[in-house]
Amino acid sequence: MIAETGLAALWLAAALSLLQLLLSVGELRGAIDAGRPIRSIAIIQGALTLIAMAMLLLLFVRTDLSVALVAANSHSAKPFIYKLAGAWGNHEGSMLLWVTVLALAGAVLALATRRLSHRTLVVALGAQAALALGFYAFLLLASNPFARLDPAPLEGRGLNPLLQDPGLAFHPPTLYLGYVGLSVAFSLAVGALLTGDVDRALGRAMRPWVLGAWVLLTLGITAGSYWAYYELGWGGWWFWDPVENASLMPWLAATALLHSVNVLAARGALRAWTMMLAMIAFSMSMVGTFLVRSGILTSVHSFAVDPQRGTFILALLGLYVGAAFVLFALRTRKLKEGPPFELVSRESALVVNNLLLTVILGIVFFGTLYPLFVEALSGDKLSVGPPYFNTVAGPLALLLAALVAVGPLLAWRKERRQVFKPLAVPALIAASALVISLVAAPQIGWLPRLGLVVAAWLAPASLLPLVVRNPWRTPLATWGMAVAHLGVAVAIAGMASDAAFTKEKLAAVRPGETLSVGPWLVRFHSLAPAVGPNWTAIEAELRASRGAGVRVLKPQTRYFTDPVTETNEAAIATMPGGQLYTVIGQPDGEGRWQLRLWWKPFVALIWLGGVLIAVGGLLALIGRAVRARARARPSRGTNSWRRERYG
Amino acid sequence: MKPKNQRLVLVAAAIAAVLVAVLLAMWGLRDRAAYFYTPADIAAGRAAEGKAMRLGGMVEAGSVRREPDGVTIRFRIQDGNARTPVVYRGIVPDLFREGSGVVAEGRMQRGTFVADAILAKHDERYMPPQLGNPAAEHEAAKTLDR
Repeated sequence: MIAETGLAALWLAAALSLLQLLLSVGELRGAIDAGRPIRSIAIIQGALTLIAMAMLLLLFVRTDLSVALVAANSHSAKPFIYKLAGAWGNHEGSMLLWVTVLALAGAVLALATRRLSHRTLVVALGAQAALALGFYAFLLLASNPFARLDPAPLEGRGLNPLLQDPGLAFHPPTLYLGYVGLSVAFSLAVGALLTGDVDRALGRAMRPWVLGAWVLLTLGITAGSYWAYYELGWGGWWFWDPVENASLMPWLAATALLHSVNVLAARGALRAWTMMLAMIAFSMSMVGTFLVRSGILTSVHSFAVDPQRGTFILALLGLYVGAAFVLFALRTRKLKEGPPFELVSRESALVVNNLLLTVILGIVFFGTLYPLFVEALSGDKLSVGPPYFNTVAGPLALLLAALVAVGPLLAWRKERRQVFKPLAVPALIAASALVISLVAAPQIGWLPRLGLVVAAWLAPASLLPLVVRNPWRTPLATWGMAVAHLGVAVAIAGMASDAAFTKEKLAAVRPGETLSVGPWLVRFHSLAPAVGPNWTAIEAELRASRGAGVRVLKPQTRYFTDPVTETNEAAIATMPGGQLYTVIGQPDGEGRWQLRLWWKPFVALIWLGGVLIAVGGLLALIGRAVRARARARPSRGTNSWRRERYG
Repeated sequence: MKPKNQRLVLVAAAIAAVLVAVLLAMWGLRDRAAYFYTPADIAAGRAAEGKAMRLGGMVEAGSVRREPDGVTIRFRIQDGNARTPVVYRGIVPDLFREGSGVVAEGRMQRGTFVADAILAKHDERYMPPQLGNPAAEHEAAKTLDR
């Protein structure tokens, strides 16, 4: 009964989205006034998908094995939180989550949008419905999450133990919220192109969505990176795996869009440019979904191959992206030109930011898809990895980070003052960082060294926008910008430090023996069995010391029964100066065990930086919301779009 | 800049950015893409010495030997037609077994494949290693083609 309720809710939601699309077309043609009904429909549609998602969660919690999806991905002995997370840790469930978020975003758009032209909103809701409709079709026709299994099996097949981790409960929903938040920017761009109202109001309506989506993508990528770091036990934090790139590409596009939508909202400039980026950003979200969901990649996270589904998503992708770009080509000439700006101005700096991000996005895009093209055309298998991405995209990213120090100091439209004077201090710090690194660590590579210098330059410079004026009277959004830019510097410092200073030791040792790695002495103290809810393990006890004090680390090899798998659980000790990362491998049959140790100075700055970037975005989001509310207060009680219409 | 000019400049800049990205990507991909080889390819002399590549196939049964240092492992990868000796220093992944599929990343040096990494393919859905391994699938597809 639960499964049938969910399925019915899904069908109803699909029907409503069709109605929503038709109403919006009617409004666009001037045949009807769809403002009121279309909002209600969008909200009901969101509620229906929420019901469907709730039903699926309920099925997983109850481990209802008569549902094929539950039987294939769950197990009655699984801990509660992973039963829940199992609902979206698979193809059908994650697509249901995707469409739920899509419909909810439409509902919020309908509920919360003020001060946007009425027609633009209605058409944007129609675009959102068109997007949702495709994914409903995909769910209902090609990957029904509620399909029954007859006869029901006695026990489920379980979930890959690698995915039994708090990271899984948190990571995909965050990324999806980010992906799908960009769908609203896409729909608003489509709506505004169709009605021709690309103006500051549109920029203001789009900005919170872009900011919110970008914050979530940032958090999702940061969490995913840390998850891969401690869960895979390889000591790396980014592998340039296509699945990772699938989340990085929307982030790069969203970062560019975030900066250009600010120009649109504040100055009314970069109109066509921002519309283009809004389309690219969501296109990248769909490319990401396609890469991950179609099973076209066989990588760390990849899913079982099912070509029918891949074709379906590819067709949706082609349809939406193609239609959007045709629309852009047809309508962009009709857009009014925004106010002009000089070559040295905030606008120009943001254009440079956008150009560099676009180039980096292009490089990641080609590098990720090249193997697929080659395999499709010639049948040759190949992989593109860190040597390509680091060498080609790395220097550009550092160039961008270096320019981040300058942009915020420039004035809108035309720079008249002497802005470069305050940059003397960061320049001095960067120069000393270069000299110190050359003297103290002559052996490190040029890219990590450049990273250290850029971080030393950007970290103090990112705070200058706060220092040059009274920080307490600075708007919250400016604080957000400064914190986010500081986060970039901090993350780069962590990446460079990890690349430059990591020490590694690999050896087979007996209990009682001691290894040294970096400044640490690590004693292999003992070995003992350990037991968890659905696994058993061999656990090593390591005692690490550096001068006074001992840190105890307990890396494990875990053996899971449902399904039968073993995994390495790294033990990580975080200290102010870095992380000690330890993994236990196999025994050699003569009483020795393989131990792999890393000493990674300041590696945690990578994720701290990521969190800072997200916090910065959140501050900006809050600051903007407070301001918008303050601005709207005089007219409280009336919907401004309604006023605009009837007033 | 006049408005008309400004749009023109922006469009030119955007096109230039895309072109730069394409050129950089093509330059970068020319010698940084690691191709996938099988032992048969290597036996036929198709793989250049010292070039980054991936080698895929089955771990030959009975071929796994551990060096006295306890962390270096030697084994052979075979694909039914040929075999290639491999040496790897590190912890092999969980799915590494004699007779099961494997993908090694590294380069050829004097007839031996020196691996920097042994790849495990983790699937969320459980599958026996032979079926879940892309190299095995690749081989199976090849066999069917013949």
